[in-house]
Amino acid sequence: MEADASLLISAVVSGLLLGGFYAAVSVGVAISFGMLDIVNIAHPAFILLGSYVAFIGNTVFGIDPILSVMITLPAFYLLGMLAYQVYYVAFERRDDQSLRGLSFFFGLLFIAEVGLILVFGVDYRSVQAWYVSGNLNLGVVELPWRLLVPFLLGLAMVGALQIFLARTFIGRAIQAVAQDQQALRLMAADPTKIKRIAFGLSFATAALGGAAMIIIQPIEPSIGREYIGRIFAICVLGGLGSFPGMVIAALTLGVVENITATFFGPSWAPAVSFGVLLITLAVRPSGILGR
Amino acid sequence: MASLVAKQEEEREGSRGLGNIAFIAVLAVAAAVIFGITRWVGQSYAFFAAYVVVQYIVLGTAWNILGGYTGYVNFGITAFFAIGAYSTVVMYKLTPWMPLPVMVLVGGVLAALVGLGTGYLTLRLRGVFFSIATLALAVVVQTLFTNWDFVGGARGAYVLRPRLAPLIGGEYIQYLFLVMLGLCVIVLATARAIERSALGYGFAAIRDDEAAAEASGVPTLRLKLIATALSGAFMGMAGAPLPYYVAYLDPASGFSLNYAVNAIAMPLIGGTANWVGPVVGAILVGGLQQYISVTISSAVNVLITGLLLVAFVILAPQGIVGLFKRRQP
Repeated sequence: MEADASLLISAVVSGLLLGGFYAAVSVGVAISFGMLDIVNIAHPAFILLGSYVAFIGNTVFGIDPILSVMITLPAFYLLGMLAYQVYYVAFERRDDQSLRGLSFFFGLLFIAEVGLILVFGVDYRSVQAWYVSGNLNLGVVELPWRLLVPFLLGLAMVGALQIFLARTFIGRAIQAVAQDQQALRLMAADPTKIKRIAFGLSFATAALGGAAMIIIQPIEPSIGREYIGRIFAICVLGGLGSFPGMVIAALTLGVVENITATFFGPSWAPAVSFGVLLITLAVRPSGILGR
Repeated sequence: MASLVAKQEEEREGSRGLGNIAFIAVLAVAAAVIFGITRWVGQSYAFFAAYVVVQYIVLGTAWNILGGYTGYVNFGITAFFAIGAYSTVVMYKLTPWMPLPVMVLVGGVLAALVGLGTGYLTLRLRGVFFSIATLALAVVVQTLFTNWDFVGGARGAYVLRPRLAPLIGGEYIQYLFLVMLGLCVIVLATARAIERSALGYGFAAIRDDEAAAEASGVPTLRLKLIATALSGAFMGMAGAPLPYYVAYLDPASGFSLNYAVNAIAMPLIGGTANWVGPVVGAILVGGLQQYISVTISSAVNVLITGLLLVAFVILAPQGIVGLFKRRQP
């Protein structure tokens, strides 16, 4: 019985840490899907692109994985702006987001994935850094650094973005763009430009999330697919457009998945996010903190 | 007024075409000719290659019944396809005497039920929620089969392909090809019949403006459920013969990405407006893939299909069929 209890505690604690990482990979979709209403299902592919940037920076140049992604953030930002521009011209302006817009991102997902396979192969890759191994000993529980660092990175990203969205003109415009584009135009802000900036930000967060991912686990190109259901489950459960809700949902999913993995075996964990998603859609589609 | 005229024109055009039964007869003759040619070629490779292309016609048309006609995007193709395939594995183990067409039917019914369930929970919301749910469905169904030891779990299951084909003689792959051709005739006839029926007009109303359709009394939820169930059933049927085709089914092959990418890419490349598009897309892209697999490598297949998909949705939203229509106003 005692063993079960300590097993449960460690499952909950590492689940919370995992949840912080989930917040890091989900925050980009919370922007693009929650605020811009663009269903970018290719998001995980760009997370992986970030992971491989961290991998190259780490193995070729010997830089810290998070730092090497930080250096390339402007490139990801521009890539995101470009992706939105294509999406806008080809789909949003034609009012054809649902069928062809979705399929566009679906195609991007596979192009990115196969591209990564052709360049890096299907071997698992990992990075070297002081926090990849070792624990922070707190007496009661031991916190592995490789979970703690992504957790802190995730919370820092969400916090910084929350301040940016609440305090700056562009941030408030991003929050407004899904609600009333006409009113935004009257405030002398171009909705398309605002969305371009927001989508660039979304890609930049994907890259940082990728650095967090390769710290937590070795990666290979097709691993991103597992994250599609997870990320969207988190965003829907949290309530679209709400960062605090998204963080709560991410932590919840992390804990539930970890408990499932501990007591039923890790091969069942991927089914959790689907269950959560389906129950949320059936019972409360507006999510925990949705408007 | 203009829309009324267009509608009348459309109806006149419709009545000019073949009736449903005549259309089935034409398809059946075409299928018989194709089968005859493949048999005349006489190599089993011809059957294996042709089977794949016809399977993609079935998958693409099935996807298009929901995606093209109602505008709801199903990303969970592999879930439905694999339900069909694994139901055959179960029946192969429990009731091996059962004829293949019955297995195909059972696989279709199971896939339809899963489609109904998912649809019932998510189709009342905006379309994107359905799409996201189907994406997640593919992952969870794969998890279920990977953990189910009876059907081989992660290791996979061997299915012994009988040496000889029943009824027609020759290699068993000929029989598999024949079953798939028959399925193809049924799917195409169904798709075309839907287009010309009240059901098809209801689907089109949902695609063009769901709120307006709902307001004018179209039972949108029921129609969407019918489309999801039909589409899922045909995907499951397309997957049912797969265990015999590959002779060894594991989650990696049953849930292969190729099915998902192709079933979406082929209708969008060919054109989603009617039944012709998926056929054109499947024959062109499927044929190209067979060629690439032989000459270059099969890993490049997904890349090229993905690039074609993105290029077509951006540059030619009406697909290949649409390109030809524009030339003759």
